[in-house]
Amino acid sequence: MREACDLVVVGAGPGGLAAACHAAEAGLSVLVLDPQSQPGGQVWRGEARKRENRLARRWLDRFAASGARFRPGARVVAAPEPGLLLVEEGTSSLAVRYGRAVLATGARERFLPFPGWTLPGVLGVSGLQVLVKDGLPVRGKRVVLAGTGPLLLAAAATLHRHGAEVLFIAEQAPAARHWGFALQLWRHPGKLLQGAALAASLVGIPTATDAWVVAAEGEARVERVRLSVRGHEETLPCDYLGAAYGLVPNLELAKLLGCEVASGAVVVDERLETRVKGVHAVGELLGIGGVDQALVTGELVGHVAAGKPVPTGLERSWRAVRTFADQLARHDAPREELRRLATPETLVCRCEDVPLQALDGCRDLREARLYARLGMGACQGRTCGAAAEVLFGWTGEDVRPPCLPARIGSLRLPSPPPHTRAS
Amino acid sequence: MSAVDCAIVGGGIVGAALADALSEAGMSVALVEARSIGTGTTACGMGHLVAMDDNAAELALTSWSVSLWRALAEGLPRAVEYDACGTLWLAADAEEMAAVDSKVSNYRAAGVRVEVLDAAALYEAEPALAPGLVGALRVPGDAVVYPPLAARTFALRAQARGARLMTGTPAQALRPGEVVLANGDVLAARHIVLAAGVASPSLCPGLPITPRKGHLLITRRGAPVVKHQLVELGYVKSAHGTEGASVAFNAQPRVTGQLLLGSSRQPGVGTREVEAAILERMLRRAADFLPGLDGMQALRAWTGLRPATPDGLPLLGPHPEQPWLWLACGHEGLGITTATGSARLVADQLLGRSSAIDARPYLPERFLGRTPRQVAHA
Ligand SMILES: Cc1cc2nc3c(=O)[nH]c(=O)nc-3n(C[C@H](O)[C@H](O)[C@H](O)COP(=O)(O)OP(=O)(O)OC[C@H]3O[C@@H](n4cnc5c(N)ncnc54)[C@H](O)[C@@H]3O)c2cc1C
Ligand SMILES: Cc1cc2nc3c(=O)[nH]c(=O)nc-3n(C[C@H](O)[C@H](O)[C@H](O)COP(=O)(O)OP(=O)(O)OC[C@H]3O[C@@H](n4cnc5c(N)ncnc54)[C@H](O)[C@@H]3O)c2cc1C
Repeated sequence: MREACDLVVVGAGPGGLAAACHAAEAGLSVLVLDPQSQPGGQVWRGEARKRENRLARRWLDRFAASGARFRPGARVVAAPEPGLLLVEEGTSSLAVRYGRAVLATGARERFLPFPGWTLPGVLGVSGLQVLVKDGLPVRGKRVVLAGTGPLLLAAAATLHRHGAEVLFIAEQAPAARHWGFALQLWRHPGKLLQGAALAASLVGIPTATDAWVVAAEGEARVERVRLSVRGHEETLPCDYLGAAYGLVPNLELAKLLGCEVASGAVVVDERLETRVKGVHAVGELLGIGGVDQALVTGELVGHVAAGKPVPTGLERSWRAVRTFADQLARHDAPREELRRLATPETLVCRCEDVPLQALDGCRDLREARLYARLGMGACQGRTCGAAAEVLFGWTGEDVRPPCLPARIGSLRLPSPPPHTRAS
Repeated sequence: MSAVDCAIVGGGIVGAALADALSEAGMSVALVEARSIGTGTTACGMGHLVAMDDNAAELALTSWSVSLWRALAEGLPRAVEYDACGTLWLAADAEEMAAVDSKVSNYRAAGVRVEVLDAAALYEAEPALAPGLVGALRVPGDAVVYPPLAARTFALRAQARGARLMTGTPAQALRPGEVVLANGDVLAARHIVLAAGVASPSLCPGLPITPRKGHLLITRRGAPVVKHQLVELGYVKSAHGTEGASVAFNAQPRVTGQLLLGSSRQPGVGTREVEAAILERMLRRAADFLPGLDGMQALRAWTGLRPATPDGLPLLGPHPEQPWLWLACGHEGLGITTATGSARLVADQLLGRSSAIDARPYLPERFLGRTPRQVAHA
C-alpha cells in the first residue's frame, strides 16, 4: 500500500494531534500514524472512547473534524530515503511519501534495575496506570508505587479511583527538591498534573520523599517490597508494585532520520525544525515536559507547516513550558542510591538475560552490547539502554533500521516508489 | 615502558589471534587497539568459518584455518557460540550443479570432507528452502562463531600470558622500533605488526587495501528456520565482481535461534549507513530462497567494511621496503575464518619457524616491492 501527503505526523498524542489539526485546517493533506487503535497517545489513551477529560475531548473532536487522516495500528519502522517512511500495519505494509514530517513519538518510562524488578506483578508506574485504564482489575489489590514526579501522583489517583488499596507512594527526590518543585507546579498551567496531585493528597495515601524500592520479593510473583524510606528500611506486603523513575523520550525514529540529539533530546531551531530539513520534533522529544509542552509545540509546528505566522502567545507559552520541563528534569533526576541497587545477579537487560556482573569490565554501551548482549534483544535496548545511561553514564549508539522490530516484509521497498505530491 | 618483542596495531580478530599465537610462543606482546577489541569490521561480520575454493591459495589458507578453529573449539567459552553447523552450497540449476563436481575434487584434494546432496536429500535437510533447487554440496566441517567475543577471547588469553592490551587510543604513526600513540605516548617494540583492517593504509600509505561494504540483517529469536549455513553457488559469481554492487543469498542459523542474513558487496564503498536499495536487493534475493522470509521479524540491519585486496588474499608478512614493519591485513570477507591461519603464518615467520602451508602466496611483496611480482589469480 502507498500513501502520499504534504505532512506526515508520527504519533497521535497531544503533540501530534495539535500539529495535525493546524496543518489540516489550513488545507494541507495530513496523515497521522500511530500504533494504537485510537488517537490520544499516552496521556489521552482511551479518551476517544471514554470522553471523560475535557481537554482531550476538545482536541480529539477538533482532530476528527480537521480533515487529517488517521491510520491506526501503524508503526513507522524505517526511513529508507528523505521523504519516505516505511510503515508496518499488522501483516501489511505501507509506504508513505511526505513533504514535511512531524515527529511526535512521545516517551517511555525509565526502569532502573533492583533485585526482583523482573518479577511478575512488578510494572512501571504509568505502565500500571495504563493497564488499569485498559481494564486490569485492581479492586482490593494492595499496590505500592515508587518513582518520581507528578506522574507518580497521577498514577496513584487512577489506581485509587479503580478501587486499589494504594499502600504507599515512594518519591525518590529529596524533600527539599520535591517541595520546591511542587510549589512551582502551581504556577504552571498543568491542570491535569495539579488535579492529580490534589487527588492523591486528598485521599490520604501515605507518601514519602527520599524513598525508593530496595527490592521486590516473592516466589512466583511479587509478594512484598522492601523500601528505603528516609534512611530506614520498611517491608510492605503487596500484590502489585509500580516502579519507574521518570520518562525518557523515544528518540529512535529521530535518530534513524539523522536528527541531531543532544542531552537526551532532539535539537531543534525556533521553528522546531530538526537539523534535518523538513523534519520537525514536538512534545516529549524536546525533553520531558508533559501534555502542556506537547500541545504548545504541536500547535507551533502546525502553524509553521501551514505557512502561518506563529502567534506570540504561543512562543511565550513555549518558553514557559520549557522552564517547567527544566524544573521537572532536575526534580526527576535519579538519585545516586538508585544506581547501586542492583546486585551482581540482578538482570539489567531482561530480553537477553544479562545480569549486572556480565558487564564487568565493559567501558561503554558498544562493549556491553557486543561482549554481553546488552540491548541485543527484542526491545532493541529501549529499557536497558536508558538504565545503563543512569548506571554507568553510557550514552546511546546510532540507530539502524528497523527502529522498531518489524516483519522483514515491512522493510521491503515499494517499487516503483509512489510520487511525491509536495516537495 | 620497556620494549616489547612485538607490538600489534589493531585489535580485530586478526590482531587478537596473532597476540594469542605470539604470546603462546613466549614473546612479550602489546596489542594496541584504537577503540575496543573486536569492535571494528570483526563485529560486523557473519562469523562463518568456511573453506573456500576460488583459488588454491585461498583454499589452502581457509581449509587449514577452519581446522585450526575446530581444534580450538573445545576450549572456547560458550558465549563464543562455536557451532559446527556445516555449510550447504545451494545449486539453483543444472549449471550450478555441474560446478559442484569441480568443487568436490578441489575440496577433496585439500583434505576437506564434502558430500553431494541431490534435491531430495537437500529438502530433507532444509525443508524451509524454496522449491526448484537441484541439489547442494555439504561441507560438514565448516562452522560458525560470534566474532567479537572470539576476538576478545584471543586477546584475553594473550593477556593472561602477560600481553599488554592497550585499548582506547589509536596509533598515530609507526616508526622503526616505535609505535607513536595519538596521546603522544611512544611504545617501543622490536617488531611491529600492522593489523588495522580497513584502516591499515592510514598507517602505511600505499597498501592496496580498499573497503568493500557489506550489509547484514538479523531476525528476532525464534524457532530455528535452517540448520546449516546456506550459501548460493551463484555467490561465487557475484562475490568477485570488482565493479558495482552485488548481492547473494547467505543465511546463517545462530545458536540464539536468530537467523542472520547476508550479504552484499560494494567494492570501494566506505560509508557506514544502511542503504535501502542494497538492503532491498539482498532481501529480495534471500526471499527467492526462503519463501517465508517476509513474515519473519527483523531486529536490526547493519553494515561492515571488508578490507579488500586486489587478489582477495590477505597481506601476511614483512613489508618489502620497510622490513621492520610486518603486515597482517587485507582479509576481505574471510578474516574471521582465516584469522587462525594468518596468525600462525605471521608468527611462524617472525619466529623463524616453518609453516604447515606455503606462506608465499600471501606475502606483501606481491604488491609492494620495487619490482612487484605478479601473482597469478586462479
Ligand atoms: C506509559 C505512559 C503513561 C503516561 N500517562 C500520563 C498521564 O496519565 N498523564 C500525563 O499527564 N502524562 C502522562 N504521560 C506523559 C506523556 O508523555 C505526556 O503527558 C504526553 O502524552 C506527551 O505527548 P506526546 O504527544 O509528546 O507523546 P505521546 O502522548 O506519548 O504520544 C506519542 C505517540 O507516538 C506513538 N509512536 C511512538 N513511536 C512510534 C513509531 N515509530 N511509529 C508510529 N507511532 C509511534 C506512540 O505509540 C504514542 O501513541 C505518560 C507517559 C507514559 C510513557
Ligand atoms: C558484512 C560482512 C560479512 C562478513 N562475513 C564473514 C564471514 O562470514 N566469515 C569470515 O571469515 N569473514 C567475514 N567477514 C570478513 C571479516 O569480518 C573481516 O575480514 C575481519 O573482521 C577482518 O578483521 P581485522 O582484524 O583485519 O579487522 P578489524 O576487525 O577491522 O580490526 C582492525 C582493528 O584495528 C583498529 N584500528 C584501526 N586503526 C587503528 C589505529 N590507528 N590504531 C590502533 N588500532 C586501530 C580498529 O579499531 C579495529 O578494531 C565479513 C565482513 C563483512 C563486512
